[in-house]
Amino acid sequence: MATREPIIVVRDIVNRFGAQTVHDGVSFEVYPGEVFGIVGGSGSGKSVLLKSLLGLRMPDAGTVELEGRDITCMTDRELREVKRRYGVTFQHGALFTSLTVTENVILPVVEALDLPEETLQGLAALRLRMVGLPLAAGAKFPAQLSGGMIKRAALARALALDPVMLFLDEPTAGLDPIAAAAFDELVLYLRRTLGLTVVMVTHDLDTLARTCDRVAVLVDGKVIVDTLAGIVQNPHPWIREYFHGARGRSVGIDDEDRGGDPAGDARGA
Amino acid sequence: MPDGHPPFEASVDAGRGQLRLAGDCRALDVEALDATLREWERAGARAIDLAQAGRFDIGPAWLLKDALSRVQAQGPAPAVEGALPGHFAYLDELFARTAEDDGFEPEPARPWLVRFGHALHERFHAWYEALTYGGLLVSTAALAWRSLKRLRIPSVVRHAYETGYQAVPVVAVIAFLISVISAYIGAQQLRPYGAEIFTVDLVALGVLRELGVLLTAIMVAGRTGSAYAAEIGVMKLNDEVDALESMGVNPYEVLVLPRVLGLVIAMPLLTIVADFMGLLGGGLLARYLIDLPWPQFFQRLDEAIAPTTFWVGLIKAPVFGLLIGLTGTLRGLQVRESSRELGRLTTLAVVQSIFLVIFADALFAIFFLEIDF
Repeated sequence: MATREPIIVVRDIVNRFGAQTVHDGVSFEVYPGEVFGIVGGSGSGKSVLLKSLLGLRMPDAGTVELEGRDITCMTDRELREVKRRYGVTFQHGALFTSLTVTENVILPVVEALDLPEETLQGLAALRLRMVGLPLAAGAKFPAQLSGGMIKRAALARALALDPVMLFLDEPTAGLDPIAAAAFDELVLYLRRTLGLTVVMVTHDLDTLARTCDRVAVLVDGKVIVDTLAGIVQNPHPWIREYFHGARGRSVGIDDEDRGGDPAGDARGA
Repeated sequence: MPDGHPPFEASVDAGRGQLRLAGDCRALDVEALDATLREWERAGARAIDLAQAGRFDIGPAWLLKDALSRVQAQGPAPAVEGALPGHFAYLDELFARTAEDDGFEPEPARPWLVRFGHALHERFHAWYEALTYGGLLVSTAALAWRSLKRLRIPSVVRHAYETGYQAVPVVAVIAFLISVISAYIGAQQLRPYGAEIFTVDLVALGVLRELGVLLTAIMVAGRTGSAYAAEIGVMKLNDEVDALESMGVNPYEVLVLPRVLGLVIAMPLLTIVADFMGLLGGGLLARYLIDLPWPQFFQRLDEAIAPTTFWVGLIKAPVFGLLIGLTGTLRGLQVRESSRELGRLTTLAVVQSIFLVIFADALFAIFFLEIDF
């Protein structure tokens, strides 16, 4: 893994809101094919970091490179091309409520290309199958879908232009354990078959344990990056509390004194 | 291309029915691929040359696979030179896994008669809802009257302030301008008969009986009708109304009643402002267009209007306020589930308020005529 070129490079970014500095020199790299988790307390700037990665918010200092190109100094047109290389899902799905699922899923294609209706329907059906949604869901409106289906539809839309990178903002928030586990499996399946790089902001300890190769913890305006096994051993007080509080233990992330490979046990096969 | 891969080329040799694909086919190349595949199918689809083809994204790979399946279903399989895209294996597995969806046909559009019937049914249901709504509010008001707290005076005052006081500038200006315009037209018409003095009558009766209150109501319908519908509509979309109900609080008491009461209080006051500004506008026009001195203006005004003239207009004000308030809040409460609904119902609130106001005005006119008021 160390010999590959990183697909995302974040260097010393600073994000400030007035007097408040949210990110004070954050740097990390994401390698192709990784599932990369971003973790942090409420207000630590996870969503702001995601926005900086997506080019939705220019950092006050520092650079963000996607596939070797610095997005912080691009023209609008160049940035638009870059945006077609990635797919995003938002915390509450952000499906367009006045469009059907099929219309939502195919929207990025419609905006970028000029294709006959038949082909568009076929592509939409393909994406629905890829995320495990029944084709009958296509004619429904977002208001008629359950939470799990909304998240899947959002993922289908994110995959519409065969992106190289996926950015997921709290993908399992609000899902029941079964739906959340199914979503985790879907992410892993897509990574395995399509070689996608996935950057995931999440609070979900189970998702972190199951899917993430490395995790970046946002704390005190800076970031600590390591494998989950490494993070879990980190002595920083906030990390201790996050992973070793009552809920951390329930996921099966062990303390050092229990031995074995804690992240490996949690991750399974 | 950012990663320096060979660009996509697609061509068809019509004579041999051969499709040639070269380079990487990305999702954005689907347009070219789709057009070329159709051309290939029309040319007989006998062979494919993939020797120079590079990576295929899933979308394009599926498109090719789909075209191949169609061709194979209709005749001999085309001869393939070179390797099929790697994703074919993934697609085979995916479609095998989701095989139960294979025969899926979307629901056909319903015939027009069915849709017409549904629309009619919806319309009747809407009338029924409006009627029920009115009744619900009356019962809520009757109960709320028992305790001062439940009347929510601070809320009523806020709404009276926002719909009344804050609307004064715009209502004043509109009333002034419309009055000036009608006085001007009237004076021009009366001049040949030397009857310009009756411009004062025109303005006074017009403004006090009709224009003052009607213009105010239309302005308020646009301003407040949409505000009420949008505020309550967004609350519905955010589940705030459900939250109120879950706390055992009556949303009609908290959201609707104060808004309606606030407007009913504000409308007469706004009407008085409109009346005043209307008369002022007419007076100024009379002063500067037909050189009518102010003392004579007031004298003519006194002669032209009866005690009832002012009250005719003013009585209509709270009724119009009630209609606008009810329509705005009802439409707001009907918002469900989608941003387009919010826009539609806000528009409906304004249009229907204005319609009801003008309709009511007509009824009042007939009524007053009959009782000679």
